[in-house]
Amino acid sequence: MGASLIGQSVRRKEDVRFLTGAGQYTNDIVGTRATHAFFLRSPHAHATIRAVDLSRARSTPGVVAIFTGADLTGVNGLPCGWLITGTDGKPMAEPPHPVLAQGKVRYVGDCVALVIAETLNQAKDASELIDVDYDVLPAVVNCVDTLKPGAPQIHDAAPGNKCFVWAIGDDAAVDAGFARAAHVTKLDIVNNRLIPNAIEPRAAMASFNRSDESYTLYVANQNPHVERLLMTAFVLGLPEHKVRVIAPDVGGGFGSKIFLYPEETAMVWASKQVNRTITWVAERSESFLSDAHGRDHVTHAELALDADGKFLAMRVQTTANVGAYLSTFGSCVPTILYATLLAGQYTTPAIHCEVTASFTNTAPVDAYRGAGRPEATFVVERLVHQAAVEMGIPQDEIRRRNFIRTFPYQTPVALMYDIGGYEPSLDDAMQVADVAGFPARKADAAKRGKLRGLGYSTYIEACGLAPSNVAGALGARAGLFEAGEVRVHPTGSVTVFTGSHSHGQGHETTFAQLVADRLGMSVENVDIVHGDTGRVPFGMGTYGSRSLSVGGTAIVKALDKIVAKGKKIAAHLLEAADTDIEFKDGKFTVAGTDRSKAFGEIALAAYVPHNYPLDKLEPGLDETAFYDPTNFTYPAGAHICEVEIDPDTGVVTIAAFTACDDFGTIINPMIVEGQVHGGLAQGIGQALLEECVYDTESGQLLTGSYMDYAMPRADDLPMFKVSNTVTPCTHNPIGAKGCGEAGAIGAPAAVMNAVMDALAPVGVRHLDMPASPHRVWQAIHAARS
Amino acid sequence: MYPFELVHPTTVADASAAITKSGGQALAGGQSLIGAMKLRLAQPGTLVDLSGIEELRGITQDGAGITIGALATHAQVGDSDVVKRALPALAALAGGIGDRQVRNMGTLGGAIAHNDPAACYPAAVLALNATIRTNTRTIAGDSFFTGMYETALAEGEIITSVTFPIPKKAGYVKFPNPASRFALVGVFVAQLSDGVRVAVTGAASCVFRSRALEDALSQSFTAEAARATVIGAAGLNGDLHASPQYRAHLIPVIAARAVAASG
Repeated sequence: MGASLIGQSVRRKEDVRFLTGAGQYTNDIVGTRATHAFFLRSPHAHATIRAVDLSRARSTPGVVAIFTGADLTGVNGLPCGWLITGTDGKPMAEPPHPVLAQGKVRYVGDCVALVIAETLNQAKDASELIDVDYDVLPAVVNCVDTLKPGAPQIHDAAPGNKCFVWAIGDDAAVDAGFARAAHVTKLDIVNNRLIPNAIEPRAAMASFNRSDESYTLYVANQNPHVERLLMTAFVLGLPEHKVRVIAPDVGGGFGSKIFLYPEETAMVWASKQVNRTITWVAERSESFLSDAHGRDHVTHAELALDADGKFLAMRVQTTANVGAYLSTFGSCVPTILYATLLAGQYTTPAIHCEVTASFTNTAPVDAYRGAGRPEATFVVERLVHQAAVEMGIPQDEIRRRNFIRTFPYQTPVALMYDIGGYEPSLDDAMQVADVAGFPARKADAAKRGKLRGLGYSTYIEACGLAPSNVAGALGARAGLFEAGEVRVHPTGSVTVFTGSHSHGQGHETTFAQLVADRLGMSVENVDIVHGDTGRVPFGMGTYGSRSLSVGGTAIVKALDKIVAKGKKIAAHLLEAADTDIEFKDGKFTVAGTDRSKAFGEIALAAYVPHNYPLDKLEPGLDETAFYDPTNFTYPAGAHICEVEIDPDTGVVTIAAFTACDDFGTIINPMIVEGQVHGGLAQGIGQALLEECVYDTESGQLLTGSYMDYAMPRADDLPMFKVSNTVTPCTHNPIGAKGCGEAGAIGAPAAVMNAVMDALAPVGVRHLDMPASPHRVWQAIHAARS
Repeated sequence: MYPFELVHPTTVADASAAITKSGGQALAGGQSLIGAMKLRLAQPGTLVDLSGIEELRGITQDGAGITIGALATHAQVGDSDVVKRALPALAALAGGIGDRQVRNMGTLGGAIAHNDPAACYPAAVLALNATIRTNTRTIAGDSFFTGMYETALAEGEIITSVTFPIPKKAGYVKFPNPASRFALVGVFVAQLSDGVRVAVTGAASCVFRSRALEDALSQSFTAEAARATVIGAAGLNGDLHASPQYRAHLIPVIAARAVAASG
């Protein structure tokens, strides 16, 4: 050993099983005697259920049972995990979110009945014979329209369809800033609604064991302990220790698999009723209808600047769509995870943001890769771009004039940035993007009849939501720590049990590198176990780019305990004082001597304690740590996008995309680059392609399949130019900040700013995402005529 | 999917008889039909699988043009040396349909019998006035496509092959729907011995000939002539992805690119 494993692009240990079809996803685990669930969903966006007649359906072949909301006595609604207190001092409106519809349906796809049959086809056949007598009501899908007088009333417990009005920041200071402004830039911005589209659809398998009255749920989920806690304690009233939740291999989540959904909850409940294993895999059309969607903000934003282009104040008013029901974290995404990021990388001294959250007849909206931070970045970076254009200041220069340069930095919207280095990232990105050569490329494009534009996004994000006590004061109903257990085996190999969950991120490799590096062994000797409440200690799972900075730190804390105990064992074996033992490169050595014991010898001594300080020390080498961070981490970076627009068709082509990110210390550069690529693809997808559209009259989902919902494909994307600067996080021992969401956070503004730069000569000032060919052509056409 | 009977005839006559007798549906590559069945949007009681009928295969060239068997897949047509040499626009069209998996399964006969308003093949058949041969007759391309998902085919009538005449010049360009990548507007231009023909797909309820573009290109078979043509929006599709006005604007733009691609 000797060479550090930190910073090595170790090939992903998990890829052999993924690439050879040996992955074990929920639907791979199904036994032969399992029954199949099919959910009858509402075809209407808003309707009263007058009656449900199950008689014909129940008598069809293969039906095991059919349940509706009326059967779920003693079952509570699905909880929301974050209580937002409004500006009026009152708690948010939190209307019931029934597992199966209770008398009313509120969006197309709302679960009405659970049909369980021997085969899926039999379940579907039966569902077609369920006679639901609907009284169809008018529907409203737009988050602003729903707040208008006369809009259809969706919940009795949410008058006017209002969930809450919440605000952050010093209103008076903002007014004062605007009063002395030399220039004010104003924008009206829509952050388009997105549908998550994990490659593995949501899936679940629930069973009940009569012998010990216990339940087992396999589920495609990002945080099995949270899933179990919410389901048992809040909804089903089951003892937590009688429910085991396993999230095995999971094919992507992007946030959509954080939440407790009605389907698996109903299945766990029903597994006892029918005493059979029940399986379900969402069909893609069900995913479109019922996975929690993302974004969907309507915002008015203003930026006040002095004559030199220094930001004086920012004022933001946002209306956020929470959908028909509050999903698990639906309330904190457009508030805590959004408005606190409005300082961006800048010293704006006064910021005020008011958020109105509204209910609509659409699928619930919740965290989706970036969760609030892409929305905030888009507001800030579009404003900055537009302000620079209006004041005639170069795009990089206006940013340089306003960058935060001293840390720690307290923003006016609650966050305290521990460290960063924004100008180096911008410098690096500008060099890699060859900004100096842009005028020549633009002139060349013009000769070919094309419009070329350059767009910047110097973004910040906040990862590893923390600490728990502060979050609790802000309304969090859960802790935000992470747990890690390091179990050293007698022969010295190691199994690590983490509360984090990998659904594509490569934790089995990154965490193994972290552990192997610290213990001085090879990554092959370290296995990572995650995703099973029966095996791993209570942890919070994976979301918000938290796994390495929070979950990794919990593992490091457990490793520290292992090493500390190892030193005591070594001291005994080497007949030295504990304090004289050093641990390095897998060896415990008496300082200043060549007397040492290998890590494996210490492990063996711990489990075969023949020569062991049994009077002072327990045998065994197995330690657990829980880590609650003292602050968020603050990844940041500079993204530069160069586009070319064909004015004849409106097609936007991304000519180049450069991302220089500061993720703090990087363990595996290859995995980090992969995370950046995926994030950028999703960010570019939001900017150019993706948009969830509901019909404003009927409330039907118009983009209910890939025929109409445009996902980014490889040929929509350029070869990304990715680089890094590094300012290690100051408050965790790894120095890591998180990288999973950065691409999706920074990219949309970079793309749209590039589009606006390209369209500026035509006279187009603002376009909403996605900048589809149709929309771009319409804007050019309108500007020219 | 609902249950159905599956039969495997080995001759066109048996297949036709099976369809007539059962009231069922022919299955070629299944790239539209199977998807609709999986969604329970289609429920044929009997599926008559044509894949075992050898006489529906093959690509040959003679004095009349290129004759392609109805079961030729898009991949086979796209990769065919015969087609690439004599009618490269058709090879390019077939090679641009869907993705590799779709092209390996989807067939010429299936595509034109289905007549999806945004499909590519109908544009080639109409622009080249190809001859569709069935088990009972021949049908001119001009009279084959009768409406949205509708054709001149009778119950039990099975396309056996399509003969494409060799044009002096031809080009096809598809402007893809950003989501589905079907044609938002697709234009096939052909300069034939007896004149210029232009077919437009994706823009209306059914593939159609554009007389305005044909007139302009008859005068001057150039991209500039196509580009200068004005197309009205009346009768064109409007949906999430394109208004009728946008489609009307795109037709001459894409026609000009098709002319440029015709070499």
